[in-house]
Amino acid sequence: MKYMLIHCVAESDELPEGGKPEAEGDLEAWLDEMERRGVLKHGDRLRPTSEATTVRLRNGAPLVLDGPFAETKEQVAGYDVIECADLDEAIEIASKHPCAGLGTVEVRPLWAQ
Amino acid sequence: MTGDWDLAEECAQEAFAQALDRWPRDGVPRSPGAWLTTVARNRALDRLRRRTNEKTKLAQVAGLSRGAGDAEEVDQVYDDSGVPDDRLRLMFTCCHPALPLEAQVALTLRTLAGLTTAEVARAFLVEEPTMAKRLVRAKGKIRHAGIPYRVPPAHLLPGRTAGVLAVVYLLFNEGYVASAGAPLVRSDLTSESIRLARLLVALMPEEAEAAGLLALLLLQDSRRAARVDAAGDQVTLEDQDRSLWDREEIEEGRQQLEAALALGRPGPYQLQALIAACHATATDAAGTDWPRIARLYEQLAQLAPSPVVELNRAVAVAMSEGPAAGLVLVDALADTGELDGYHLLAATRADLLRRLGRSGEAAQSYREALELVTSDPERRHLTRRLAETSGHA
Repeated sequence: MKYMLIHCVAESDELPEGGKPEAEGDLEAWLDEMERRGVLKHGDRLRPTSEATTVRLRNGAPLVLDGPFAETKEQVAGYDVIECADLDEAIEIASKHPCAGLGTVEVRPLWAQ
Repeated sequence: MTGDWDLAEECAQEAFAQALDRWPRDGVPRSPGAWLTTVARNRALDRLRRRTNEKTKLAQVAGLSRGAGDAEEVDQVYDDSGVPDDRLRLMFTCCHPALPLEAQVALTLRTLAGLTTAEVARAFLVEEPTMAKRLVRAKGKIRHAGIPYRVPPAHLLPGRTAGVLAVVYLLFNEGYVASAGAPLVRSDLTSESIRLARLLVALMPEEAEAAGLLALLLLQDSRRAARVDAAGDQVTLEDQDRSLWDREEIEEGRQQLEAALALGRPGPYQLQALIAACHATATDAAGTDWPRIARLYEQLAQLAPSPVVELNRAVAVAMSEGPAAGLVLVDALADTGELDGYHLLAATRADLLRRLGRSGEAAQSYREALELVTSDPERRHLTRRLAETSGHA
């Protein structure tokens, strides 16, 4: 099964540029383990929402705005695409990611399995 | 390997239907769990053989057969000894925490107990289309989100039991007071839920609430023969012939309860079993320790708040302090509106009013209850009471 882990945290809680050494260490450990297990397909951290741009097509013309799609407390801060046996394993993987402690990790199955 | 959920579900249901049909005629097989599993597996194989892409599909049945790759292997893997109870496996799948609790319970009732969608809807006090939608959504999630079809490994087991216990309890309740149609008690459902509770106790001996649940079910079930008279009508606890109570079940229930309490982790099922034990050991209704029952309900209301628990507490208070005290609690509960549409709220109110000699109001409440009730024996009981009170009015 393939899943996307969507990491959501309040931006104030996000790791500062360069990261807090401890949390950064947790992330390194997570990446190491998941690469060793061969479950991690790809993933990345996202730049802050202040650097986001939203695009909508309205009446045939693109409407471009500064900022994220929704003004909510938690924002998508990064993602990982994983491939593993089932939802239980996906939950185990997600629960080990530092974001699970900082905010929320949403586990979404990919449409094309 | 997730397995083919739809197939497993369909076949388990068919096996269950066959069991209901055959067991009363041929007797219950020595190992009912293995029997169901074998039937379910044979059904699955029949179906899979008929499908075009045989090899792929056979791999899918592996979900039903612990990872075997072809039909022959499936047969070898599935001897009757040490077969994991397939229905227990279905239960854990249905009760996966990634599903909403209500969907977990509904799905198990529909899938394992073979209840119709209408019956499940009634168990939840919702409309049938609402329940149908909930079931479809839940099945979709099992399939698409890759919820595994298995009994979870040991380290996940404790966290997964709450939902399973709730399901077994609701299943018993559906059998104990069948929500629809002619018989008051569906003993197929009560004995099935007791069997599942036994399995859970065997699987999780350290889980106090599993033993508490089993104790509760046994103590409730011990009254089965006395709850319905020759005409199939309901006999209330007060009027039951206590010599008909099953002493063996009471004894086993008390032993299970002691074992549960000895683990030192109290919970709602153990509390309810304590209440049931108060009834089971009383010589008659008057000799019942109602103040203790009222206290136990109060503890239960703190541990697991629910309007139905409050209603039961009101009845216990009425028995220990008099109907007027009970009526105050029932009226307060009615004011919250939480039990609107629940026939037992109106029936309880009617009963207390009748005891207070307020026949006119009692009759009105019996009429309300009659509009809401769906089981025939309960309807006859209420009709009789209504005739009595109307006669006095």
